[in-house]
Amino acid sequence: MDHYYCRHDLAKFSDIGKESPALWEKFLGWYNAVFAEGALSEREKSLIALAVAHTVQCPYCIDAYTTTCLEKGSNLAQMTEAVHVAAAIRGGSSLVHGVQMRNIVEKLEM
Amino acid sequence: MPVLEKGSLLKRHSPLASASEQLRIIDETSAVPSFDDLLRKNGLNPLSATGIEILQINVGKRCNQICGHCHVDAGPDRLEMMTQETATECIRALERTSIPKVDITGGAPELNPNFRWLVAEARRLRRHVMDRCNLTVLLLKGQEDLPEFLAFHSVEVICSLPYFQERETDRQRGEGVFQRSIEALRRLNTLGYGMPGSGLVLNLVHNPVGAFLPPPQAAIEADFRRVLELKFGIFFNQLFCIANMPISRFLEFLLRSGNYEQYMERLAQAFNPLAVAGLMCRNTISVGWDGRLYDCDFNQMLDLEVGFAALRHISNFDVSALNSRQIVTARHCLGCTAGAGSSCGGATAGDG
Repeated sequence: MDHYYCRHDLAKFSDIGKESPALWEKFLGWYNAVFAEGALSEREKSLIALAVAHTVQCPYCIDAYTTTCLEKGSNLAQMTEAVHVAAAIRGGSSLVHGVQMRNIVEKLEM
Repeated sequence: MPVLEKGSLLKRHSPLASASEQLRIIDETSAVPSFDDLLRKNGLNPLSATGIEILQINVGKRCNQICGHCHVDAGPDRLEMMTQETATECIRALERTSIPKVDITGGAPELNPNFRWLVAEARRLRRHVMDRCNLTVLLLKGQEDLPEFLAFHSVEVICSLPYFQERETDRQRGEGVFQRSIEALRRLNTLGYGMPGSGLVLNLVHNPVGAFLPPPQAAIEADFRRVLELKFGIFFNQLFCIANMPISRFLEFLLRSGNYEQYMERLAQAFNPLAVAGLMCRNTISVGWDGRLYDCDFNQMLDLEVGFAALRHISNFDVSALNSRQIVTARHCLGCTAGAGSSCGGATAGDG
């Protein structure tokens, strides 16, 4: 094993269910239900998944949901905006903690 | 923008110009189950025709575009064109039958000098006529009256527009094609095509711009409708999603980009038994530019003629013998059964 991440491993995802098939079945049932057409369309859900995949920085998820977004009819501009949304929340969440920093500074400084 | 090849596979002397070389590559993809194996596993073997509702006539390989996904390997450098004699044999075959629909394709079928005669004759026989149009042909010098001709004969126009944006469309079909396609669609709309109550049907065709499957048809149709109407004031009737077949120039793209095996795996993994009943080969017979008969336009490009050796030419057209023929299949057929299925009329299994 030369790399921690390998594209072909994505196809082995279901292997994780081998030792605990009941839990895997529950996960899969829930997972499929989550991504089914509902109040949000499948296309919208795949864009959310793509954004979250970038937030959790999972290469498997990025691979899978880039393809899924294309297969749901999204285009590169829409997918790029979804990634920007993820990045903005990540950046914003760092920045908003600056308030804590300011609170502490305010308390400590003369 | 990726650089589209400047000529057909044939002009570039590519080994993929040969049908047998394409079949060799597809046949040797042993990591992917064969189409017949998947049919067998699902109790759907053998695949047979259910009748002939559509006479699909491919009038030749000449085209004014060189699209990156073209399964015909069409282009301006291709000279194969249906002659008046073969076109007449197509009309004679129609006269002897009650096949209700005639689907004219190419290349750009309108560039065949016999196209208008063929349309007029098929309409004289009161058959529904479809023209598979690349849109930009409507703007060519000498074709200015083509939209009026099509409207006069109430021809259903089925237009290729892979996406509602310039970037994706031009990557597949060539620089400037999107803008010219929009102009052509405006001309068709002006004549009433795609407008409510006109009776003139304008349908669009979406092909994925890359190595992935088409989206659910209803969802992407709604996106097309919203964007084309809002941004360009364009109206149409229906959108058909057609998957890219792993043959000819799309096969070249798959191999060159390193996507071939992954795409074939995707097609096999997405095999949908429910898509089989509506496969176009089951209700269509395909005529080549030289009059030879095939189960579909894709088999035509792979030189896979209909099973009956004695009935392989339009001059021997025997509808009763061909009605329940067994379909000739190979691994490329996986392209028509993946996901929601794919045919010249779009998805075959509802939205998958």
